[in-house]
Amino acid sequence: MAQVTTSTHKKTLIQPTLRKPLRKSSLNGWLFASPWIIGLLLFYAYPLISSMYYSLTTYSILDAGEFVGFKNYTELFHDELFWKSISNTIYFAVFFVPLSILFGVSLAMMLNMKVKGLAIYRTIFFLPTLVPQVALAVLWMWLLNPGFGLVNGMLDSVGIQGPNWLGSMNWSKPSLILMSLWTIGQPVIIYLAGLGDISEEYYEAAEVDGASWFQKTRHITLPLLTPVIFYNLVMGLIGAFQQFTLPYTMTQGQGTPANSLTFLCHAYV
Amino acid sequence: MNAKVRKKVNVTFTHIILIIVSLLFILPFIWMVSTSLKPITQVFTFPIEWIPDPFQWMNYLDAIEYIPFFTYLKNTVLITVLSTLGVIISCPLVAYSFAKLEWRGKNVLFVITIAVMMIPSQVTMIPLFLLFNKIGWVGTPLPLIVPAFFGVPFSIFLLRQFFMGLPDALRDAAKIDGASEFRIYWQIMLPLAKPAILAVGLFQFMGSWTDFMGPLLYLTDEAQYTLSLGLQQFQSQMGTEWGLMMAVATMMTIPIIILFFFLQKTFIKGITFSGIK
Repeated sequence: MAQVTTSTHKKTLIQPTLRKPLRKSSLNGWLFASPWIIGLLLFYAYPLISSMYYSLTTYSILDAGEFVGFKNYTELFHDELFWKSISNTIYFAVFFVPLSILFGVSLAMMLNMKVKGLAIYRTIFFLPTLVPQVALAVLWMWLLNPGFGLVNGMLDSVGIQGPNWLGSMNWSKPSLILMSLWTIGQPVIIYLAGLGDISEEYYEAAEVDGASWFQKTRHITLPLLTPVIFYNLVMGLIGAFQQFTLPYTMTQGQGTPANSLTFLCHAYV
Repeated sequence: MNAKVRKKVNVTFTHIILIIVSLLFILPFIWMVSTSLKPITQVFTFPIEWIPDPFQWMNYLDAIEYIPFFTYLKNTVLITVLSTLGVIISCPLVAYSFAKLEWRGKNVLFVITIAVMMIPSQVTMIPLFLLFNKIGWVGTPLPLIVPAFFGVPFSIFLLRQFFMGLPDALRDAAKIDGASEFRIYWQIMLPLAKPAILAVGLFQFMGSWTDFMGPLLYLTDEAQYTLSLGLQQFQSQMGTEWGLMMAVATMMTIPIIILFFFLQKTFIKGITFSGIK
């Protein structure tokens, strides 16, 4: 009982002193964040909610539409193409995300070593990210062309008959994964930043203890890089589910490898 | 083998791997530049002629005349510069508030901000288009510029991480001296966050420069087209002017490559993740 009274007593003592500055800084906080609060409501919340609403109506750009409840969803779940696009998206994510982490981390580790010409290497690895997407798509269509493409040309010169990449059922998805891996620049930059955050002291200590390169990677680099890897994992998954521009431009939305249509193309059409 | 020799071997080995992987990444860029210098008849020859013979410099002049290059360049620069400006004005402000200020609802709003990053742009695309259509902005570059002034979630997130790493002591000291919250932000925190602002600005600049979907959706008048839309105009029913298209693509890419090359070190410094754990 005595304890309760003292604690309430304490509260009343502390509160007035705490409250005042908190309220003032609360106002400041809201003021500083206000552009984003407006932006969030206008450019994200409003369109998202309308999208959800439209999904419950027969709306199309020309026609205001009427409310039909979950009819669109039941229709969608009965659509074979929908499940196909879901499975394609998952296929893409399952292969692309681990591969991009593996390649991304190894590239970043190489780019983090202190060798000459790093600025040049870093720029080169970022190049595919800088090239305009349209040019990129055209380039890949040409590179993967079964008849005169560069990739099959190279395979041919070592005596392998290359597949009909984008036109084939089995190869169109690996082709898309390959193409996406090529624009790995942004995650690599983020891994590099993460590697830069790891204190040099850990490595020096490990060196003194005679740790090998492998041990240093396994016990210092990877554990300390985990948050960054996790971030890129999440971003990679999001990216994989949003994969749209590339398959869209490469296949014109209906195109040759209809089985490569990912989930989003479907949502759009 | 002593340590010095071993180190030398290591460095050489690293170089060899880096060069091999670099080739893989640079190959298509080289193809782009090489195609930009070829006459149309040479573009699809097999095996590939990497070095055009003769160099068709005329492609560049022709390309500039084929599309209104300088108008498109001007439009692209306008949209890119203004939207980058928008991001570097609004995002640090919001990020600072998330990182250093105490206010009600902050954590909830931050979680929402992260969640928003995960919404595919295609979901919001149509309602957003209708919204801009209603206020008469479709057919102007405004939808590509104005939202940047209200913050971009990815940039806010990156900047917040950076601000989190700055010591609170600086703020407290300034506070004791009676500086207002905005003054602390403007004179102390903002200058310290320069690398992060540069990183965010560069990401926005590159994204905006090469953006295709946005301009395709909102720019209806050819006089307002950007370079990435211009690229598509080389494709017609008569076939595609590959050489000219790649000439424009090359001219579009080189400025950002130079920018990236010179800024990459500061830029990487600006990205911190020490805040997430």
